[in-house]
Amino acid sequence: MSENAKPRVAVFKMASCDGCQLQLLDAEEALLDLAGAIDIVNFAEASSDMHPGPYDVTLVEGSVSTPEQEEQIRQIRGDSKVLITIGACATSGGVQALRNATGKHEAYIRAVYPTPEYVASLEDSHPVADYVPVDLELTGCPIDRGELLTAITALLQGAMPRISTSPVCVECKRRGYVCVLVAHGEPCLGPVTRTGCGALCPGFGRGCYGCFGPAQPSNNTDALGRRFIELGLSPAETSDRFRFITGWAPAFREAANTFGDGETKEEVRTP
Amino acid sequence: MTQRQVEVPVIARVEGEGALHITTKDDEILDLRLEIYEPPRFFEAFLQGRHFSEVPDIVPRICGICPVAYQMSAIHGLEQLFGVQVPDGTHELRRLLYCGEWIESHILHIFLLAAPDFLEMHSAIEMAKEHPELVKTVLGIKRVGNDIMEKVGGREIHPVSPRVGGFSRAARKRELDPLLPRLEWALEQMPGIADFVATLPRPELPRQTEMVGLVHPDEYGINEGDLASTTGRRFTAAEFEQVSREEHVAHSNALHSVMVDTGAPYFVGPLARVNLNAGQLTPVATDVMRRAGLSVPEADPFFSMAARLAEATLAVEESIRIIRDYRAPEPSMAQVTPRAGRGMWVTEAPRGALYHRYDVAEDGTILEAKIVPPTSQNLRHMEKDLRDFLPGVLDRPDEELTRLCEMVVRNYDPCISCATHFLTLDVTRL
Repeated sequence: MSENAKPRVAVFKMASCDGCQLQLLDAEEALLDLAGAIDIVNFAEASSDMHPGPYDVTLVEGSVSTPEQEEQIRQIRGDSKVLITIGACATSGGVQALRNATGKHEAYIRAVYPTPEYVASLEDSHPVADYVPVDLELTGCPIDRGELLTAITALLQGAMPRISTSPVCVECKRRGYVCVLVAHGEPCLGPVTRTGCGALCPGFGRGCYGCFGPAQPSNNTDALGRRFIELGLSPAETSDRFRFITGWAPAFREAANTFGDGETKEEVRTP
Repeated sequence: MTQRQVEVPVIARVEGEGALHITTKDDEILDLRLEIYEPPRFFEAFLQGRHFSEVPDIVPRICGICPVAYQMSAIHGLEQLFGVQVPDGTHELRRLLYCGEWIESHILHIFLLAAPDFLEMHSAIEMAKEHPELVKTVLGIKRVGNDIMEKVGGREIHPVSPRVGGFSRAARKRELDPLLPRLEWALEQMPGIADFVATLPRPELPRQTEMVGLVHPDEYGINEGDLASTTGRRFTAAEFEQVSREEHVAHSNALHSVMVDTGAPYFVGPLARVNLNAGQLTPVATDVMRRAGLSVPEADPFFSMAARLAEATLAVEESIRIIRDYRAPEPSMAQVTPRAGRGMWVTEAPRGALYHRYDVAEDGTILEAKIVPPTSQNLRHMEKDLRDFLPGVLDRPDEELTRLCEMVVRNYDPCISCATHFLTLDVTRL
């Protein structure tokens, strides 16, 4: 393969913590191997050598949160053959989507910024797929490095990657973990959350808090929420369990609304 | 008469999104703005109304490179408010986790983000072609830091085990022991790496400034201690908001931290810490600092890389010590009963002092949160450094001038995602 036949890969970021693209830098030696097989032509966090599109594969981290980003994501889509969104922010709006549907966006701006008129921010934090078609979504907060490398490797072979959608429970059973929900009465989102983390939280003695978003296809959030209430959580606390890191993903959003009143309680305070 | 513009629309190899605009006319700087266009995410706002126990899962999401720093400032602040007595050994296990973060973050910055500049290259990938052995070695060291975080925290980005009261499960001795030979290998590499860092052509920016960091009588300050400065100031985390305040700057629409009494900017981060705590550096770290060409007192920010390497070495030595003597806290977590009031704490993120304050209701609900990240505290100083540095290099061609300006910014290892939580944005778009 000649130099210029290598696939051109780009990495972009919207509103996010950088953790998902950091998974690429954390791939370390695999990153160097990868760098031999692909041409990373635009990755601001890793290199100051940045080139315009077109790109063969583009990874996008972060949620669409400003008017500029609405434009930027359309441009990126237009430049990209394959568009992969990585992480909870890009796939479900991220933890910052906790502001969505609160009717308090203005108050939030005032609470954090002393000069609110300078802040250009959309009412809601959006997943990328709200604006443009996405070819593959890798969920997780952060994404799993193994899943990312698997996906890139599959694409290099010309195949569309297949990512498991089964729940954390399956992974717990596979690893022989004692169920924290059944045995310890710990509220755990494992039954309705996609695995990808390797059942991390139950392995560390605590309930899953939903980093990888809803599992597919079965998602009995109603029954799980009722179980949380039997365990002693209030309906509002149960709602907050779903309304968390991936709370804007449709299945969790509905569950949060089922158990909550859909409103945040107090006035937003300004420090 | 020559008017020049330095425009860096995307500052590469920093965490988060920022831009730099400089306009000069002859020897005069007409305009200098460090623009932060990273979108706001409103953490302080949506923390309100959440239960205190959720805070260690929310705040790490501010930054993927230093999640542990956010967890630690929050957890300590809340424990202090609730009067929690953590189980024996918790302090050491937290310090180990934090050392893992210092190793991975410092090595990431030195070699993947900063060093390419000194070699006039674009990236570490490019560097790997010329220095394959070195890059392989430093990536191996970084991996040990990441693996500490994974063994103790469950994963290196957004760890899951740290809780208010301790750990949901404490790492077992047999999980940590296999890290020892790798840490010892890493330690052996450090002096050689310091020798390499010493060979890098280093620009100069002599300056007088106030440097601030944690000090602790018994250890190099990371999780606990009072704040001190190189001009003799001493204060506690509870006094932080009386000593440091944020100021609105007209030219950049960004809030910058300054000292309340002098109105002057101050400087936090590895170089500040080694100046304050050099006597507590571990033996190899002291040697590494010297070999890398740094002796304190030293305020030139271009020595930040040497300071970072000395601290990465300290973190390796501390990790070895903690794992050798390790006994898992039992139980892993103390009972926590919330009480109403205000908790404040500062820990040392890789980039510098990180202040958290929480106002909590009797039932443990967060009423108000305030977070002052190190990058926000350093922003004013970053601009000051640029203003001081520029006159001496204005004769350089545009490309080199731009690279040098970016180096001044990168000295701070700025974490723009972090800083954006209270920075106002310059949204003047033509």
